Amino acid sequence: MVKLTIDGKAVQVRDGATILEAANMAGIRIPTLCYLKDINEIGACRVCVVEVEGNQNLCAACNTAAEDGMVVYTNSPRVRTTRRVNVELILSAHNTACTSCVRNGNCTLQSLAQDLNISRIPYEVRYRQKNWPQDTPLIRDRDKCVKCMRCINVCDKVQGLGVWDVVGTGYRTTVGLRDGETINTINCSLCGQCITHCPVGALHERDDTQKLLDALADPDKIVIAQVAPAVRSAWGADAGVPQKKATVGRMVAAMKGLGFDYVFDTDFAADMTIMEEGSELLERMKGKEHWPMFTSCCPGWVRFVKQNYPEFLPNLSSAKSPQQIFGAIAKTWFAKALGVAPEKIYSVSFMPCTAKKYECDVPEVNDSGAKDVDLVLTTRELGRILRGSGQILEILPEADFDEPLGLGTGAGVIFGTTGGVMEAALRSAHYLVTGKNPDPDAFSAVRGMEGWRERDVKVGGATLKIAVASGLGNARKLLEAIKAGTAQYDFVEIMACPGGCAGGGGQPITDGVELADVRGEVLRELDAKSPIRFSHENPFVKQAYSEFLGSPLSETAHHLLHTDQSKWSI
Amino acid sequence: MSRLQIIRADRVQKTMDQLYEELAHRNAAAPEGNCAVEQTAALVGLCLAQSCGKCVPCRVGLDQMRRLMEKILEGEGTMEDLTMLERTARVTMDSSDCAIGGEAGRAVLACLQGAREDFVSHIEHKRCVADFKPVPCRRACPAHVDIPGYIALVKADRPADAVRLIRKDNPFPSACALVCEHPCEGRCRRSLIDDAINIRGIKRVAVDKAGHVPAPECSPDTGKKVAIVGGGPSGLSAAWFLRLMGHAVTVFEQRDQLGGMLRYGIPRYRLPERYLNEDIDVILSTGVEVKLGVRVGEDFTLKQLQKDYDAVYLAIGAHTWRPLGVAHDDAPNVFSAVQMLRDMGDGKPMDLTGKDVVVVGGGNVAMDVTRTAKRLGAKTVKCVYRRRQVDMTAQVEEVEGAIAEGCDIVPLKAPLRVEVDEAGNAVALIVAPQIPGPYDRGRPKPVNAARPEERIPCDVIIGAIGQVIDSKELADEGVPTKWNQLLSDEYTAFEALPGVFAGGDCQSGPSTAIRAIEAGKVAAANIDGYLGFSSTLPAPPEVPRATHQARGAVGRINMVERDPSDRSDDFDIMEIGMTDEEAKQECSRCLRCDHYGYGCFRKSREERVAVW
Repeated sequence: MVKLTIDGKAVQVRDGATILEAANMAGIRIPTLCYLKDINEIGACRVCVVEVEGNQNLCAACNTAAEDGMVVYTNSPRVRTTRRVNVELILSAHNTACTSCVRNGNCTLQSLAQDLNISRIPYEVRYRQKNWPQDTPLIRDRDKCVKCMRCINVCDKVQGLGVWDVVGTGYRTTVGLRDGETINTINCSLCGQCITHCPVGALHERDDTQKLLDALADPDKIVIAQVAPAVRSAWGADAGVPQKKATVGRMVAAMKGLGFDYVFDTDFAADMTIMEEGSELLERMKGKEHWPMFTSCCPGWVRFVKQNYPEFLPNLSSAKSPQQIFGAIAKTWFAKALGVAPEKIYSVSFMPCTAKKYECDVPEVNDSGAKDVDLVLTTRELGRILRGSGQILEILPEADFDEPLGLGTGAGVIFGTTGGVMEAALRSAHYLVTGKNPDPDAFSAVRGMEGWRERDVKVGGATLKIAVASGLGNARKLLEAIKAGTAQYDFVEIMACPGGCAGGGGQPITDGVELADVRGEVLRELDAKSPIRFSHENPFVKQAYSEFLGSPLSETAHHLLHTDQSKWSI
Repeated sequence: MSRLQIIRADRVQKTMDQLYEELAHRNAAAPEGNCAVEQTAALVGLCLAQSCGKCVPCRVGLDQMRRLMEKILEGEGTMEDLTMLERTARVTMDSSDCAIGGEAGRAVLACLQGAREDFVSHIEHKRCVADFKPVPCRRACPAHVDIPGYIALVKADRPADAVRLIRKDNPFPSACALVCEHPCEGRCRRSLIDDAINIRGIKRVAVDKAGHVPAPECSPDTGKKVAIVGGGPSGLSAAWFLRLMGHAVTVFEQRDQLGGMLRYGIPRYRLPERYLNEDIDVILSTGVEVKLGVRVGEDFTLKQLQKDYDAVYLAIGAHTWRPLGVAHDDAPNVFSAVQMLRDMGDGKPMDLTGKDVVVVGGGNVAMDVTRTAKRLGAKTVKCVYRRRQVDMTAQVEEVEGAIAEGCDIVPLKAPLRVEVDEAGNAVALIVAPQIPGPYDRGRPKPVNAARPEERIPCDVIIGAIGQVIDSKELADEGVPTKWNQLLSDEYTAFEALPGVFAGGDCQSGPSTAIRAIEAGKVAAANIDGYLGFSSTLPAPPEVPRATHQARGAVGRINMVERDPSDRSDDFDIMEIGMTDEEAKQECSRCLRCDHYGYGCFRKSREERVAVW
């Protein structure tokens, strides 16, 4: 243990703890900007500087170890001035048009400036103009970048891709794509983790909200919505609704209030994914060709495989993701039920994800005869649209999803958290093999937040070796282990974002806090309370098969619900 | 009314003098891999600030050059701008009225020529090709030893771990602690504040305090066999790393003992046998097979090795010499440094008691020979050199040490001929006085002074004018050579000879021990790859986390040597190690560039691209 004094208070911390951690324990908050625990502790912004007695210079609290006997001042006049000047300098190189910034009100730099009572920038403001294509799902506005380097380290250390790099030298130093590549050529998964870890508005998704508003205003269009499981765990944050009031029913009511003709649930399609993917697993198990089988719901993961491990493409389940299954069913079975042409339906998907914006635009994924999913908006965009809708959301009476595509089971809802697809698949695989339902919690062993976990699970008489990984850095390790022969599995679930879609790159941002875990818990609770917890028991899924698709893996199912990811355009 | 006044430096001028002194420190610590365009533009800015403003090219030309470079840096430059820049630089060089502008123009022109690809990259790809190196000492060390890491370990009183960490990249911590030329200190960031860290001195603290540190365990046997020709620092380094990777290694050495030039080229007052033997014993303890007294081309052929082994590393060094190249240089009492030092290594020293000795040369070997001659009882030792003393390539402390021990440096004398008696023995060296002439490659070329030749009487002459590689037999067997140097590539491989590698002095020409070690390390990694492996080495010890930086200026602890009167007639170790107190202060001066600055940001990436 290390004993030190911070602002006159005696503190005791473990060896190796930083001054920042020690101060937190003493109830003292040292402001930070570039710091991101374990990921970016580089002392770049010099906002967290503190005075250490006997030391000539100020030091960064975020990456200086607390030492025995240290006497630290976190709020001396010298520290306050230094902090203020450094933030003024950052602001002098930043486009402070806060009112038109996507992070207005949720910006670490903005709150720092407020906390330091900076009401004027005493330096000449000089920043470089935007130079990014505005049509890509991921957009970087360099006029907003504060060079904290978090994006570089998140992409490198967590996602293992290293898409971002430091470019330029001297005062021109900034963040750019590695080796001078462009966003259209580099091996970016579009997972959006750089966005959710950006302290300011330098990184954001392409804003497609106007397209939705235009569609809703078009009297000739039947506008339908699907909502991904993880969206419901977080939608309130950016819509300005306290978490307790941000229920699923209120979210549905708010969306109906926007003017959607139907508000449906991606969970329905998740249940259908299980029917297809589960059947595919049992089918492929016979020959074990291209083994193990990987899930394919996550377009960030699919892009990752395509760009980094094409040799594993045949291992991906050919089942489409729930979003795309929904799109295909909505513009065929449902369109038929309505008696309209598929083009008349405008299908909008709300996703916790930025890569889904890419997926819906992949030409090769469309099979309904029209564009299966017309538009993808992130949870953040949903929040922004709802805020501007004029509804007093908190007091809105709850509403139900519409039928038939609005009914999802508990198995469908856990698709939004790591291990959920696996668990849902195992529940139904057990039924398909034995003809009997297992206890819905029989496979709870696959739950957890460990980035790469493996389990032996019993399905009927057989034991399956399964693995679940989230975060592409973990995915890479897992693939390398399979290649090296040190890991062998039957079925593997991968989600690109740490913690799964609940921690997705399209989710609301709370700087410095990882929320995948608590949001995942929300989904687990919804599953536990769900009247139906098995995908194969979804009555409308059954109806779709009996009326339209036939059986899982039938020709129609194959045509509409499966895809060849190797043919997808990047 | 007074007509003249005494000029005294005023406060402003004193401040400016101080500023320029600090600028010199900054230049000394300039990090590797800075953007060439940015640095050139900054230099022009400084030159412009020094311009009197009278003549056009300096006043306007430098400003236009600066603007052009700013434009290029902003990514808005064109190839025409580059042509304009070059044209303007040339005119500024050619037509400035004084050297302030002229030298600035020359410097820009030199940058445009030497770093053209950087300028072009900024124009064509709007990208800088600079590759900033976060930890200057580690990058400057040819073996890329984790220097801040082992300094922190010494500071934490974990000398054995420090030795382990050094051995991860260099299996000669003891020898290098005494004789490494420490290129690592050249760009030490501490020079910005006061002086470079005494890195070699701290390494010596580590090895002296650690005592014997056993080798780590080798990886399981791979079944592959590697032959290494030459048991010097390069061959033994390769042997060490290859053994740790699990390959079987046999070293073929032509002499009776291992060590190469560390044993047969460096006198023992600088490197006592026990230090060298410690390193070699640890290397051998990994299970290296050694065959002594065998010579390639005589006792075995390369062809045989290629047949019997999966890979071959040639590290035969540079163990012959060139004659003085003057009349009677073959007299029986004219020797080469290589001969003299080799005999020392074998424990058969020449008897120079009471003799007058002349040494020819100005490098470190010349100093070794000069000081060895003194220790062997020579009455006088004169080191004759054709350039100025400051131009000697020997380290300054070596030259100063020799003078302190009573040897003479005789600069600006070019040997003309050896004078012999009737029996053919040398009795004097006849030299021609020189003057330092125009500069050539950074130092003045010696030019004959119009003065009479001089006669330096002597009993023994020793030439230390460079070593030569003895590669005839290998060339006969088809190894590509040029001027006796083996022509392997930067990966130590030969395109035409798969499985054969070469490095060290025999490839680079005579160089330092740490360069030879680097080649051995590179060869080991590439041989491992050639054999189809990507082996890793045992994990190094964990390095203590950096504490807060002490940036106040503190004097550098230099190494102390035994008093010249005490040391000049024995071969006991000359250098005295640091005391605990000195070591503590010196370690505390380390700025931990692995943590501060770019280090903590890009450390993980740097480690990933490191050889291991």
